[in-house]
Amino acid sequence: MAVVPKFVGERIKRREDPRLISGTATYVDDVRLPDTLAAVVLRSPYPHARINSIDVAAARSAPGVVAVLTGGDLKDKVGGIPCVAPAEHIPFHPLLAQGKVRFVGESVAIVVASDAYKAQDAADLIDVDYNPLDAVSDPEKALEDGAPVLHEEFGNNLVTRALVPNPAVDEAIAKADKVIKFRIVNQRLAPVPMEPRGVLANWHQASGHLTIWTSTQIPHLLRSGLAAVLGLPENRVRVIAPEVGGGFGAKLNFYREEALVAYLSRMLGRPVKWIERRRENLAATTHGRDQITYLEVPVKKDGTVLGIKAKFICDMGAYLQLLTPAIPGFSGLMMTGCYKIPAMSFEQVMVFTNKMATDAYRGAGRPEAAYIAERTMDMVAGELGLDPVEVRRRNFIPKEAFPYATCAGLVYDSGDYNAALNKALEIVDYPKMRAEQADALKHGRYVGIGIASYVEICGLGPSVMLPPKVPGWESATVRMEPDSRVTVLTGISPHGQGQETTFAQMAADAFGIDIDDVAVVHGDTAIVQYGVGTFGSRGLSVGGAALMMSVGKVQDKLKKIASTMMEAPPDQLTFANRTVALKSDAAKSIPLQAVVDAAYGWKMPIPGMEPGLDATSVFEPAGCTFPFGTHISVVEIDPDTGVVKFLRYIAVDDCGNIISPLLVAGQVHGGIAQGIAQALYEEVVYDENGQLVTATLMDYAAPRAQMLPRYELAHTVTPSPLNPMGVKGVGEAGTIGSTPCVVNAVMDALKPLGIRHIDMPLRPEKLWRAIKDAKKA
Amino acid sequence: MRVNLTVNGQPRSDEIEPRLLLVHYLRDVAGLTGTHVGCESTLCGACTVLLDGKAVKSCTVLAAQAGGASVTTVEGLAKDGKFHPIQDGFWEEHGLQCGYCTPGMMMAAVDLLSRTTNPSEDEIRHALEGNLCRCTGYQHIIKAVQYAAEKMRAAAGR
Repeated sequence: MAVVPKFVGERIKRREDPRLISGTATYVDDVRLPDTLAAVVLRSPYPHARINSIDVAAARSAPGVVAVLTGGDLKDKVGGIPCVAPAEHIPFHPLLAQGKVRFVGESVAIVVASDAYKAQDAADLIDVDYNPLDAVSDPEKALEDGAPVLHEEFGNNLVTRALVPNPAVDEAIAKADKVIKFRIVNQRLAPVPMEPRGVLANWHQASGHLTIWTSTQIPHLLRSGLAAVLGLPENRVRVIAPEVGGGFGAKLNFYREEALVAYLSRMLGRPVKWIERRRENLAATTHGRDQITYLEVPVKKDGTVLGIKAKFICDMGAYLQLLTPAIPGFSGLMMTGCYKIPAMSFEQVMVFTNKMATDAYRGAGRPEAAYIAERTMDMVAGELGLDPVEVRRRNFIPKEAFPYATCAGLVYDSGDYNAALNKALEIVDYPKMRAEQADALKHGRYVGIGIASYVEICGLGPSVMLPPKVPGWESATVRMEPDSRVTVLTGISPHGQGQETTFAQMAADAFGIDIDDVAVVHGDTAIVQYGVGTFGSRGLSVGGAALMMSVGKVQDKLKKIASTMMEAPPDQLTFANRTVALKSDAAKSIPLQAVVDAAYGWKMPIPGMEPGLDATSVFEPAGCTFPFGTHISVVEIDPDTGVVKFLRYIAVDDCGNIISPLLVAGQVHGGIAQGIAQALYEEVVYDENGQLVTATLMDYAAPRAQMLPRYELAHTVTPSPLNPMGVKGVGEAGTIGSTPCVVNAVMDALKPLGIRHIDMPLRPEKLWRAIKDAKKA
Repeated sequence: MRVNLTVNGQPRSDEIEPRLLLVHYLRDVAGLTGTHVGCESTLCGACTVLLDGKAVKSCTVLAAQAGGASVTTVEGLAKDGKFHPIQDGFWEEHGLQCGYCTPGMMMAAVDLLSRTTNPSEDEIRHALEGNLCRCTGYQHIIKAVQYAAEKMRAAAGR
């Protein structure tokens, strides 16, 4: 019999891919049900306006139209969109605007017709009489007296104020050799998954059952939310996340359209489908970041950082989505980065503005934190005339100190920050690169070397760290079928990450079977036990740990049954090559199938054991994991155009043990691309009146192939003690390391011109102006 | 109006609205949902198909304009139950994650490989600049195209 190989740690082609490369995968818009109606949403062109009246008569009588709803039709009939994170002011978040619109793209009416073309024709016939109001898009201006107020019931635009005080920081500021002060901005970004959102709802009148296909990262949490908003029992709601074309946090939410389409299907007794267009995606799907930070950093002359004091202004947008006010917390708690900074304090002021809500976007608070920490290290180096490497080394948490309790109260699980930094420096050949940089400058070339040593928080997490109604555990069922193939039902909801492959690798090795003998099922609440979802790089570290718990239970049962058949103690048995074998002598074995037959056939009952071979487990992590690494980029700025050209991009990441090297590389690449995009290209722009300027992909600069470098990857491996696989998570690492790395490189290149800091995105035009001004001065 | 065209080698004749976009014709009339809609404005490339062998964004071509032409979609890439080398390349080199851009990306790559058999990395990056991918950061896509180019050269004995 052929030997079954091991899969964990090997380069394994993805099991997901055949359906995706053949065009036979089923995304929401590919699901076809007979008699499906199409919905089109009419959205506000105004950032802030009172709705005097809406005339839908012409739309209702247009060809093919079945229904038209406005806010008035829904009043008191359906709940609002929930925000589960605590905040002082949480406004009612209607499915369709109630009397007032508060951002460009806010849903005002929805038209249902026989097809989407006819629904759009009818939507164009709706006459909304708006009375435009003054709008505010700048969060600092929104806090000023006399600013236009979005939600009158609160009297001002304050969402909430979070304070983490610490007098030790003020003492450090008082006695420091120097206090470095600066303001930095993490600009607003749009996640732009390639598949826009989409919803198909099918209400079955006779059984009172709702089935909803939606492009989501959290099918179970969404089921709970939908049931509550629509007033349905949760066991009559089925949420299916079919193939999902990217999420990046934008689909870790509960959106108006999900509830609207479900409501309409129930009202009309027919399937209703709504597919988001890209303009809607840029205007009415959550944005990320949008934080302004004022920093005070007390330091000693030798580069030792004594504390960080920060004030954040966080732009929440016009309404609060699922987790909106929870995101900035991570920016504050993680801003001390990889460093043994003895004291920190921060104040966060969260603000309503006439913009789309912000919420989780790849990294969710940690890219902002890493940007603060790593710009701080370079600022310190710059002000004190020290090398940025030296400043980092001086302040690193030493590897002996783990587990390390930070001054923010977090406990970092494991780390070796010097190892990752050293490896990156070695790859780039740092001394040589510095010499080349100096030489280039002599020839009028502006070359910069940027370093970012990041740490992030992953594997969310212990449930107490998450808002009410969002658990931190994850679930998995493992079922060995009668033919000894394995079915895995996971509570996570991957949408490109590839756990159909990694989980199959793990289960196959555990049972000594082939990877093709494992099927991984996810994203259907009628099939999979309650789960939490895919976000915060938790799929493997939390979902995988649940998988291994269930694997262990099924293994135990198989061993106990085999033990009676082999007359050997269970703890001396192992699984290999589709057999149960003696650990000490693999030749002494029985076929796995024989044990499975015994478990199902149950002709020789084992006292205290139930027949069958399945187990469900829930893994509640004891703590978060803290992946880390160092990224180094080398760039050259063309002073005549301001264009940034990459000469090298090196990423040394430590995500603990690696299950699938190919997939880890993919995650890191994609993360770096999005982080570089924040540094150089992307920004959601609203003008001062609240009008959305970046409403298409012509204006919003999601990077294309020739805008990105070739990435050179390497790893250090520091296992996490918090899960059985020793993994940390890698979904967001690239995004977190790359943004400060690239900004530091550009600022390093412009240092000879006396330029200290330029806010992102570092577009050519901005750099060109800064260079021109600096040369003039 | 009536449109007559060939889709993946099969002749078709359908009654359509004159304003129907080619991508909606392919998805909703021909039932080929492998071609995706990502922006409705030619900017993302998710809907790329071959029209008489040339890559076009099918969200900004009317079905009527494709009358008399031959359209190839992702569903038409595999032959005799075997993947096209570009499909093998994307699978082998992990050129996709969520898969949404992949059909359009592969069609654009097939167009490139019909014009040049051994494209440089730079040529590949430029040839794919009309196609957005949000997952991969493009590096594995470039390797996928190089893999396909090499396979196709070997098959052609070059």
